[in-house]
Amino acid sequence: MKKWSRRELIKAGAAGAATSIFGIPLHVLAQVARGGVVVIGTTQKPRHLNSAVQSGIATMMPAAQLFATPVRMDANWKAQPYLAERWEVSEDSRSVTLHLRKDAKFHDGKPVTAEDVKFSIETVRDNHPFKTMLAPVNAVTISDPHTAVVRLSEPHPALVLAMSTSFLPIIPKHIFDDGQEIKTHPRNANPVGSGPFKLVEFKPGEHIILERFDNFFVKGRPPLDRLIIKEYKDPASLLLALERGEIDIHSGITDPREIERAKKAPNVFVQSNSGPAIGPIIWLAFNTTHPQLSDKRVRQAINYAIDKDFILKTLLGGVHKRAVGPIVSASPFHNAKVEPYKHDLAKAGALLDAAGLKAKADGTRFGLTVDAIPGSSDMKVMQEYLKPALAKLGIEVTLRSSPDFPTWARRISSFEFDMTLDSVWNWGDPVIGVHRTWLSSNIRKGVIWSNTQNYSNPKVDELLAQAGQEMDMAKRKALYQEFQKIVVDDCPVAFVQEANFNVGFRTNVQNRPTSVWGLISPLDEMGIRKA
Amino acid sequence: MRFIALLIKRLAYAFGLILAVLTVNFVLIHAAPGDPALVIAGEMGGADAEVLEQIRKNYGLDRPVTEQYVTYMSKAVTGDLGKSYLLNQPVVDLILQRLGPTILLVLTALLTAILIGTLLGVYASQRPESVASGAITILSLIGYAMPVFWTGILLVILFGKVWPIMPIAGMSDPRIYGDFWTTSVDVAHHLVLPAFTLAIIYLAQYSRLSRASMLEVLSSDYIRTARAKGLAEHMVVYKHALRNALMPIVTIAGLQFGNLISGAVLVETVFSWPGLGTLALDSILGRDYPTLLGALTFSAILVIVANLLTDLTYRWIDPRLRTR
Repeated sequence: MKKWSRRELIKAGAAGAATSIFGIPLHVLAQVARGGVVVIGTTQKPRHLNSAVQSGIATMMPAAQLFATPVRMDANWKAQPYLAERWEVSEDSRSVTLHLRKDAKFHDGKPVTAEDVKFSIETVRDNHPFKTMLAPVNAVTISDPHTAVVRLSEPHPALVLAMSTSFLPIIPKHIFDDGQEIKTHPRNANPVGSGPFKLVEFKPGEHIILERFDNFFVKGRPPLDRLIIKEYKDPASLLLALERGEIDIHSGITDPREIERAKKAPNVFVQSNSGPAIGPIIWLAFNTTHPQLSDKRVRQAINYAIDKDFILKTLLGGVHKRAVGPIVSASPFHNAKVEPYKHDLAKAGALLDAAGLKAKADGTRFGLTVDAIPGSSDMKVMQEYLKPALAKLGIEVTLRSSPDFPTWARRISSFEFDMTLDSVWNWGDPVIGVHRTWLSSNIRKGVIWSNTQNYSNPKVDELLAQAGQEMDMAKRKALYQEFQKIVVDDCPVAFVQEANFNVGFRTNVQNRPTSVWGLISPLDEMGIRKA
Repeated sequence: MRFIALLIKRLAYAFGLILAVLTVNFVLIHAAPGDPALVIAGEMGGADAEVLEQIRKNYGLDRPVTEQYVTYMSKAVTGDLGKSYLLNQPVVDLILQRLGPTILLVLTALLTAILIGTLLGVYASQRPESVASGAITILSLIGYAMPVFWTGILLVILFGKVWPIMPIAGMSDPRIYGDFWTTSVDVAHHLVLPAFTLAIIYLAQYSRLSRASMLEVLSSDYIRTARAKGLAEHMVVYKHALRNALMPIVTIAGLQFGNLISGAVLVETVFSWPGLGTLALDSILGRDYPTLLGALTFSAILVIVANLLTDLTYRWIDPRLRTR
């Protein structure tokens, strides 16, 4: 392989169009030396490593290294060729033809073929928890060993993103199609993929050791010899490990004080807003079947009574952005013109008066309980803030804690709550992570992160149905903009915080991930300079 | 012969005890609120009703509890403890992976505590009124009073930040992959802080206990006789007195093995030590019933084995017991 000098790289980058890799201009990529080991520290615990049947960062981060996907996303939300050299969408938008690379091999030496792509698409469609990702896929037909045609029951604009890392890992048919149940398949803990790294060892509770796959189809990549994901129980030890250089990457610093500490630490760089496509939002959800909360004016009053700036800047150190609607600000579908609820106690009081909930002689109006996901320090702070904040409005708030996640999930998904703080993630395309919490058809008892607010607005249902099939980007954006405006006005939730992923790097880590998926994208460009 | 009969009898009791432990734990765990399917769904990033049903079916959670119990016990007696709900791997494999690190941690801590604690106690007993004896007593009290997780955090700050010479998490550095000796040195380096943290509380107890025990033994007639015979002081102390003074230490060591394992849960969490304790903790938080039951059962086995070994050690220390 030709070795590029920095000058050549700069010239090539300036020369323009064809000189990019996965959408990243070459002049942005530093030339990195081959070799070295990078250790990522995390508190996340993967169940297994097969992201075809498992969501969550814990699995997706190693899976993005083990498995290649048909496409990968760049820093500008654009899909770039990966296992698929190119793809074509039919005129009626009901089929997508994938042309696969002919030189791609699995880690066991077998070639990656259209059969594997068909098997993987069907596996994800039938088993992945995000049903909407590939729900419209009717069939996958194979034209030749390197061409697969995805046939759809309806136009599906989210399809290309749903084929990116690590939603659609191409898993080997010759290993997983052996009649065993795929969700509990023993090879999920010891998989073979065609990604830049192959698995050496997965020890739950300890580490995942990955090694460079020398036959990776992108020649010369990855530069690293090994990539290790090390599990820590305690977030405080994790930051200390980064400061000491025991690890090279801290996968997510959440505590504001720790973020400040990391920013001041020598030889540490904090990348803010890493992986914006993941898009977590913390909101206060209202149970709209509650006698008082069924009235939009009451929900709006509570929203006006919450000083989000105080929560975010004073209580949470100003490291997170304010959320104003159901789609995060980094998304191309975000509506920046939505009017946020400004802190206004007078307006809030007037709304409650108008709703017939006038203050009694002692100043109180009614009482509500508020839940929160246990273990989240940010939510605990918000929960505690709500008591005095809503007391000013005459609402007596009772804080209810849940001993563990299942208890909270059961209460919320059984609609046994008044208000709850919740964290719901966008997951790239609204079809995947947004529709589920707003569609009236998705009010499902017992299912967490469905429409547990019991929110129902036929106009919203209609807009989401249209946007979910609209292939014209401009029209689709317009539909989502209107949806956001309505939802914010209806106020089934009060949006509080866009949780910002702050990833800590040792400064000698080169080519930090720029994809909208952050650390859950292939780290095949990353290198490490000797300290 | 008498010894073998005794051993067989003890092993039979142990087997019955393990079955009882399994049953009680099974009942308690299933009586606790919370649906494992929801946890698994939460780990997966959410799921619809169909997926939830599939999860329940896959793990037999849709069956009545009595049926689950009979299925579990009939498999357990053959050594099959089922599959982990969360990690989707055989529980026995997971436990065997974690058992070694826990035994290594607990035994290192126990031996460190007994050895250093006893030596300090013996030293203090010989000069009970000295400043050194007073210092040992005060240090013992401090060690005994400090919660083990707090000691661990202090040591992490001290040796991780202020004087960064020790690894603060895990059992090994995954960057280091080499021969047996390289790996062993790396593991030993990682073991220092967790083992010392766990040892410190017991070290305090053993030093107090051996001090009191030695003071009592040293005032016995036979010690006076030994000294009158002109034996060297170190022979009097270490050969004659210490052997008798060890009895209460061995008794306490056996009795405290269970406490040591529960202390290991905290230490393993602070130092991310990949042992049974952290496995049990993750299983509790994740409602991973089979793994939790497995971890508790193996903890019970460890305690039973420790008690058996204590009995055998008694017989080695006190020849009078061998004739009983």
